[in-house]
Amino acid sequence: MSALVILGARVMDPESGRDEIADIRVENGVISAIGNVSTDDADVIDAGGLILAPGLIDMRVITGEPGAEHKETLATAGAAAAAGGVTSMVVMPQTEPVIDDMSLLAHLQDTGRKTSPVNVYCAGALTKGLAGEAMTEIGLMGEAGALFFSNGEAPIADSRLMRRLLAYSSAFNTLISHRAVDPYLSDGACAHESDFSSRLGLTGAPAASERIMVQRDAALAELTGGRLLVDLLSSEDGVTALRRAKDRDIDISGSVSINHLALNELDIGAYRTFAKLDPPLREESDRAALINGVNDGTIDVIVSGHDPRGAGEKRLPFDQAAAGAVGLEILLAAGLTLVADEQLDLMAFLRALTANPAGLLGLESGRIAEGAPADLVLINPGTPWVCDADELLSGSKNTPFDGRRLQGKAIVTIVAGKIVFDARGA
Amino acid sequence: MSLDGYAFSRPHLLSIGDLNRVDVELLLELGETYCSKGPYDQVLDGKTLINLFFEKSTRTQTSFEISGKRLGADVINMAVENSSVAKGETLLDTAATLNAMRPDLLVVRHGSSGAQALLSQKVSCAVINAGDGAHEHPTQALLDALTLRVALREQGRDLTGLRIAICGDILHSRVARSNVKLLNMMGCDVRLIGPPTLIPADAYQWGVGVYHDMEDGLRECDVIMMLRLQMERMSGAFIPSKREYFHYYGLNREKLAYANEAALVMHPGPMNRGVEISSDVADDPEVSLITRQVEAGVAMRMAILHMLSEREASA
Repeated sequence: MSALVILGARVMDPESGRDEIADIRVENGVISAIGNVSTDDADVIDAGGLILAPGLIDMRVITGEPGAEHKETLATAGAAAAAGGVTSMVVMPQTEPVIDDMSLLAHLQDTGRKTSPVNVYCAGALTKGLAGEAMTEIGLMGEAGALFFSNGEAPIADSRLMRRLLAYSSAFNTLISHRAVDPYLSDGACAHESDFSSRLGLTGAPAASERIMVQRDAALAELTGGRLLVDLLSSEDGVTALRRAKDRDIDISGSVSINHLALNELDIGAYRTFAKLDPPLREESDRAALINGVNDGTIDVIVSGHDPRGAGEKRLPFDQAAAGAVGLEILLAAGLTLVADEQLDLMAFLRALTANPAGLLGLESGRIAEGAPADLVLINPGTPWVCDADELLSGSKNTPFDGRRLQGKAIVTIVAGKIVFDARGA
Repeated sequence: MSLDGYAFSRPHLLSIGDLNRVDVELLLELGETYCSKGPYDQVLDGKTLINLFFEKSTRTQTSFEISGKRLGADVINMAVENSSVAKGETLLDTAATLNAMRPDLLVVRHGSSGAQALLSQKVSCAVINAGDGAHEHPTQALLDALTLRVALREQGRDLTGLRIAICGDILHSRVARSNVKLLNMMGCDVRLIGPPTLIPADAYQWGVGVYHDMEDGLRECDVIMMLRLQMERMSGAFIPSKREYFHYYGLNREKLAYANEAALVMHPGPMNRGVEISSDVADDPEVSLITRQVEAGVAMRMAILHMLSEREASA
């Protein structure tokens, strides 16, 4: 069994707070030593001071497998993930058919192991067919490996059902991820409700829609003792509501997509449907509040929100176009660009992609420590590059970052001690 | 009947909460005498018992009918579906009508919690609650206690200090509520086990331990009372599926082994085999008291009818 040694890296481990130049030795897929390590019988990567972080954990990846393999498979998503420094991805249940039973879950986990270079985990559907009516086998699917449960993009409108879902899942200490959207208030919206969208003549969803649902769900989590993740925050109102809920000692956490940290509603420009997202991009003040939320730890997790869409779904009038953007290859670079702009704190950014999701999901990875899985990413924070959508490895190319200048990218991605992506020669 | 000069003096049997420990001891003692084979003194000779069941029932109604008849009462079963209730008569009008026929004992089951308490204020006979909504089913709790008392006596034990787990749909169960009150009164250590969706949010204030895991909850239990899971609760509203429910909360040999070695199993019936209890446990005479509960049901109800009618006579 050959070993791998990374020499002279700036090791950044958010869990321990470590940030220093060190060497790492990997054996049998596990980090065996940190510090000054032996290079005997090992392949050596000379890091030359580049950042070595735990491999990123992306908790929100939509693929087309099964049902829409032309958009994305676990194999193409896995390749994109590896190129983006993501070593573990959690696949969302909104597939066709929906991941709402154990057999499909087992099948996808198996396919992921066979076809994807990175770790593939699944989230289970919270209700059967994501219809928001009958609960799924949360206990059995959790035992079979579903890391959390989500109703996809469709919020549970029925508060009594949401109460029962949180209560039932609390017996298994299961995490429930729920979109913070009041479905009635946001019905028919395709943009953020603002001066800008109203000038464009687009129907907007007010930020209050998000705030109302965060507050409702926080109240239900408090009532039931359930574990709640507020999925995809997009507004200052939402962040404030989450912060207040955390002050009340509720088991609540929040996530934000990289798109909402890096972009605002003006990126829609003249009806650019590639910047049409769900939740919608909001105002600059909202974006700033989301950045602050990550920096101060109110927002626990950053996700790519990877949502592959074909051109046919995107090249439509704005209100008819599909929402969503791919993000597995953008996530790290867009975040590092915000770090370079001195908006995001580097350690806080990495924590929201490693230690925090690992903690929420109960994963062993997401940290650099002796005995931890050797899921690692070597990062050059300085590389300037221009995003070209056509060069993405993802099965779909829909990204609002096409043509944008970014700074920083993954150089080497390692999963269980094996190099799955290597851009050192590039 | 009296115990050290204390006479049973309750006009009705509406709730275990209306009884004190001595009342319960008197009832169980008399119940135990009726466990023996007849013939019995016809203490209800000339009395009229009306079974008024607003909800369907097989075993409870039959049990009361047999109990009344064994003690010589005239028993009339009111079929509510065919009655004026079906034509829209209110509960109190029905009560006034029946009262005018001067029954001595009125056994009532109703889907609304507290219905019997309301009815009892408007009639001059003894009212026996045979189940009201999700509130109480006191005769079931008493017959469960009688079953246990007899079974434990064979082992040289009694109810005091017994650890009893009540498992399943506590939220909708009147049997559970009556049993919690009665068993607490008898000095038992009571636990409730079920998914959080089927246990009332404030049940931990009932003087019981609340568990959501059978392995934790059944540890060192002497008795396991399983509750029936209503079919309409299985379709995703409270629990995902029968399969998942049985996996986590259905009593089989494996989960039975978490309890004490000689643990006894009870079920008020009717059972859903393969949902809350497996057949091999339910049918094992070494473990299961389920058939004995039905037997004790008749004896216990004879005692209840006897006791209430005596009070009626002395009033």
